[in-house]
Amino acid sequence: MNEQQSETNWLDSDNLYPLEYLAEISGLSIEEIDDLVSIGLIAPSAATAERPVFQLCHVLTVKKARRLRDDFQLNHHGVALALTLIRRIDELQAELTALRAGLGR
Amino acid sequence: MKFKDYYQALGLERGASEADIKKAYRKLAHQYHPDVSKDPQGEEKFKALAEAYATLKDPEKRAAYDNLGQRSSGEQFTPPPDWQQRYKTDAAGFDDVDLADIFAAFSQAGGRQRQDMPRPGQDYEIAAWVTLEQIFRGGEIEVGAELPEYDQNGLPHRVAHVFKITIPNGAADGQRLRLAGQGGHGVNGGRAGDLYVVLAVQPHPLYRVSGRDLYLDLPLAPWEAVLGGNIEIPTLAGPVALNIKPGTLAGQKLRLAKRGLGNRDGSTGALYAVVRIDVPNQVSPREQVLYEQLAANSTFQPRAHFATGAGA
Repeated sequence: MNEQQSETNWLDSDNLYPLEYLAEISGLSIEEIDDLVSIGLIAPSAATAERPVFQLCHVLTVKKARRLRDDFQLNHHGVALALTLIRRIDELQAELTALRAGLGR
Repeated sequence: MKFKDYYQALGLERGASEADIKKAYRKLAHQYHPDVSKDPQGEEKFKALAEAYATLKDPEKRAAYDNLGQRSSGEQFTPPPDWQQRYKTDAAGFDDVDLADIFAAFSQAGGRQRQDMPRPGQDYEIAAWVTLEQIFRGGEIEVGAELPEYDQNGLPHRVAHVFKITIPNGAADGQRLRLAGQGGHGVNGGRAGDLYVVLAVQPHPLYRVSGRDLYLDLPLAPWEAVLGGNIEIPTLAGPVALNIKPGTLAGQKLRLAKRGLGNRDGSTGALYAVVRIDVPNQVSPREQVLYEQLAANSTFQPRAHFATGAGA
């Protein structure tokens, strides 16, 4: 057995990272991530900054985009559409969970 | 070394055409892809079929795989002599080697094009099951994973690792932790992959979770609901006293502020006790008499609005 501690980041932390960092850990190109930003699927945190910076939670979205692109051979329109629909389903699922929690079993 | 039946994973015969392989993969990917499937086993099933497809779609890897012969899944087999030669080890050296890791590294080891291209290591994702109590209390947990490590000859051995993880305040189901550089090793100077740990909260027998709030079913006896009284209810921090007002209705939600889960900003969710009125299955003769007296003396008409057609 091999025990180790390493640099750990919870992906909801408030630290901000540049676009290049998202590209590096997701494997998407800068252009592909720019595309997700222009569609509004991820949003930079500080609009005032010269360089856009992102919360680490957006890593999940860009990684998901990469998976969808690679696993289903989608183009960028397809990826954007799939991400939009998945997000809507997540919102509906959260609402359903909240309703069910309140109703009792 | 354990054999894996990649054709079976895709539901195909061994002689399947390239088009068949692609078609089978697409069909199953739509069914099991963890981003689109609600199948709780989807992730595992997709991993198996993605692994099979990665090898069978590549003619060179497929030929090497076909060379291993037809065996059943899980069967121990001796790696072919050219593998033993390439990795400078005997058959026993392959004992802790996963077939997928060999094929993933195949194109470099096989001496195919662009040998010196830097390639990033693979990212891995593992689930860490935690209880609601652990989320509430925070603290450290240990998560185990078997990850490939390359020996000096480039042979990827699966090695057991244990990672110590601190559960942060405000942790939630599905939250991900990134352990930078703890995934697969990069090749030719490529960066190491990352390990992602996903928190999975086990369903709790008493509490349902909605965001940072908790919901608890609170069964009351009919007389407790009518007369009110003080009762004790459990919370994650221990039992608390709760005052039931006379005339409490089923479905009413009694809110206990700050008895839910913590938030990252230091605030705390609420615990809602959802009232349910339970009746005994069986009553004693004495109880029977008392209920009959109550029925005879009560003026309560729960269905009065049926006659007028108005809402309750």
